[in-house]
Amino acid sequence: MHELSVCQALLRQVTDIAMERGCRVVEHITIEAGPLSGVEPVLLASAFEILRASSFATAQALLSIESPAVIIRCTSCSMESPTTPNRLVCPLCGEFRTRVVAGDELRLRRVELREPQSPNGKTLCAKLVVAA
Amino acid sequence: MCQACGCSLKADVVREELDHQRGRTTVVDVLQDLLAANDRVAAHNREHFDEHGVLAINLMSSPGAGKTALLEATIATLRDRYRIAVIEGDLETDNDAVRIRALGVPALQITTGTACHLDAQLVHRALHDLPLSGLDLLFIENVGNLVCPASFDLGQHRNVTLLSVTEGDDKPEKYPVMFRASDLVVLSKADLLGVLDDFDPGRAAAALRALGRDTPMIQTAARRIPALAPWLNWLEEQLAERRAVVPAELA
Repeated sequence: MHELSVCQALLRQVTDIAMERGCRVVEHITIEAGPLSGVEPVLLASAFEILRASSFATAQALLSIESPAVIIRCTSCSMESPTTPNRLVCPLCGEFRTRVVAGDELRLRRVELREPQSPNGKTLCAKLVVAA
Repeated sequence: MCQACGCSLKADVVREELDHQRGRTTVVDVLQDLLAANDRVAAHNREHFDEHGVLAINLMSSPGAGKTALLEATIATLRDRYRIAVIEGDLETDNDAVRIRALGVPALQITTGTACHLDAQLVHRALHDLPLSGLDLLFIENVGNLVCPASFDLGQHRNVTLLSVTEGDDKPEKYPVMFRASDLVVLSKADLLGVLDDFDPGRAAAALRALGRDTPMIQTAARRIPALAPWLNWLEEQLAERRAVVPAELA
């Protein structure tokens, strides 16, 4: 269940980005976790439900996990083919030296942040900000 | 009146102010590796190894495949020619480190508690207590697990995965991420092949090849020193390769 460690790394990365930009609230996180990344999206989503409350910035954040299909490119005939994680041999010419061009990603793609301050920099009402 | 806290602002003003306070949403496209922080520490560990000319090998397998037994046999054979140290990763106990130390080789135990894998930070911390100067070879024996350790770079130069012949020969097919990450696959306990009719090394090799790599696969039997020859030869090749590369990298 290394998804917990991966999720901790994700939340640290996201809160760092929010802080760099002076934003206090993270609304939406989009990541890519391909079938060859070694991370199980369902387990990562469960870990996120538990861990997102560990900081104010991410407590209400939503997580979208995209899982790109595995695609290989043959080094011999250059054909690109969709395949499964344990069949990475070229289906056309049988060459086993192939390159994975998609499906092994494990990366943070996008973060949507909310800037909770009014334009004049004053906060009207603390409860409103919490309610918002 | 404001419904949220009862202040005297009119509802439309409150709504407007709320919109201001909500602010606009900023979209940041990142495209950064999720394990970037781990990979940075791993690169730092690798620098440490390279500075000292140490070859670091990450040993992985399911529990009980014989990682520690292979290390014991390797150390007994090579300790007069190479200076070796071991970092042991287990959830609990220092049993494995005790076994290694009994052979006169420094061994440092990392107990991970509930964590199912070693990461670069754990290894980095261990390196503070393990002097690298004078070492030729560092083995990092990962937590027994064919899933989680595959995702974490520790700073090693080579990944070695053991597959004992008492397990299924379809393991590479079941655990593609781990076997794809391997630079060498060792079929351990191969002296038992004669009494096992359900493990076909040919099938294991085919499943490994189906992962799109020409990863070498060798057989060992840690209880019989002559059966270690292919493994020891591979190690010597890696040591020679490392020695050829390191001075150029440091120059």
